[in-house]
Amino acid sequence: MLYYVVIFALILTMGLALVRAILGPTVYDRVLAVNMFGTKTVLLLSVISFFFGRPDFLDLALAYALINFIGVLAVLKFFRGRAIDEHVDVEAQS
Amino acid sequence: MDMLVDIVSWVLLLIGGFFVFVGGVGVLRMPELYTRMHASGLTDSIATSLILVGLMLQGGFSLIGLKLVAILIFMLLTGPTSSNALASAALLAGNKEEGAQQGDKKV
Amino acid sequence: MTVLFGGFLLAMLVITALAMVQTRNLFVAVMLGGIFSLLIATVFFMLDAADVSLTEAAVGAGISTVLFLGALSLTSDHEHSKTTIRPLAIIIVIITMLLILMSTFDFPFIGDPQSLVQNHVGAEYLAKTPEFIDIPNVVTAVLGSYRGYDTLGEVFVVLTAGVGVLFLLGKAPPPGCYRNKPADTEGLSHYLIPRLVGRLVIPFLILFGLYVQFHGEYSPGGGFQAGALIAAANILYALLEGEKSALQVVPHKWLMGMIASGALLYGLVGVTGILLGGNFLDYSVLSEDPVKGQQLGLLIIELGVGITVTGVLLSIYHAFASRGKI
Repeated sequence: MLYYVVIFALILTMGLALVRAILGPTVYDRVLAVNMFGTKTVLLLSVISFFFGRPDFLDLALAYALINFIGVLAVLKFFRGRAIDEHVDVEAQS
Repeated sequence: MDMLVDIVSWVLLLIGGFFVFVGGVGVLRMPELYTRMHASGLTDSIATSLILVGLMLQGGFSLIGLKLVAILIFMLLTGPTSSNALASAALLAGNKEEGAQQGDKKV
Repeated sequence: MTVLFGGFLLAMLVITALAMVQTRNLFVAVMLGGIFSLLIATVFFMLDAADVSLTEAAVGAGISTVLFLGALSLTSDHEHSKTTIRPLAIIIVIITMLLILMSTFDFPFIGDPQSLVQNHVGAEYLAKTPEFIDIPNVVTAVLGSYRGYDTLGEVFVVLTAGVGVLFLLGKAPPPGCYRNKPADTEGLSHYLIPRLVGRLVIPFLILFGLYVQFHGEYSPGGGFQAGALIAAANILYALLEGEKSALQVVPHKWLMGMIASGALLYGLVGVTGILLGGNFLDYSVLSEDPVKGQQLGLLIIELGVGITVTGVLLSIYHAFASRGKI
């Protein structure tokens, strides 16, 4: 019964992270929101698999926890490439 | 004894849910990027630990408890790393910390 | 109460889709696409479809986001603004939407015991699986054994997609096309902590991928999910250590070999069925006991599927990443 409260809190927080992803002025706000969304999804899946009485579904939560990490690192690599390129451009022009 | 474990697990789950919500409100209302990262890191570490430990007490010493330990270890390992990497990237790209005082820059 | 949670998640899905369509910054669209994949994976999970949920999260939220970012690093960040409104297109889209909405009124309700899915073939699959195949995960049984021919087609679709991308992007950019990267930007070499933690995570990810592959008969899993997870582990290595190191670990020739050999393995199992006296893709003749034969056949074809999916996803990633600045 009290699972409902935890699930409700998690889904509400996912909504708040979504608002931040839509609003956030800089790119890093959005990356932060997506990362937070991913970790909340892991928690939500763990709680729901207990709530439905199917603890075999914990494999999914483990998979998401591992995959979420890769998205953030890919963004960092991408933006590092951008920042470095702007630096090289400035040096080449000056 | 069973009842005690049940009550402790519920208390942990509820406090974990409360911290998740606090972190979510923080990400929305904090003024700039680095403070928002702090709020998000809060949900990554304390809320994850409390909720997963609460579920572990309900799962017991079985394969389920072992999987929850694995999830907890991976979340605690990769959550702060993502925050650190994101903060480094933002600092290297030139986002200024507006909260720093004038006196700090001279050190 | 579950309906309420499902309603919340679907409302967030619509909001994400609207925000994704409306924004002009392509990076925002890619990030919102990641959130969309996670949301729909959670909705699938609430509808009790665990295999689909795992595939959606592994491929949609993990690998698709990385591939989109790889493609985005080769182009500019913003969409060109379009100011023309086409009334004919809008009218056609609205009419199609109304037709589709009208057709959903004929669907049966979820969980309706009289619906066609539950009665004819579906009920027979559920009833006969313990007798013929004897594995707990009926989804894998239907996918691999009852509908094995369709899954063979799926593997060939994945192979064709991989071959198509490789035709377009090839193995290496033409010389002089992009300016040279400075040597020290290979990999995330400035970030010590993510590199260290990433190196700790990679072996566990591969191990978990193998677990999901071979445990697909007992719990949610199977070839597609495992292929995505093992490709994600290799992509993590490529992100951390740089393209050159990653291509030394798993060279291009191995990737081509993996793409072809997975589908070949699947086809060989089918032909072996013919050679041993049964039909194409009949696993019962693979060993003396038909049930053991079915399980052996499922194991081998899932392996074939996993190998092809890993090869295709990894080669598509390398096709994007070795071209440009990522």
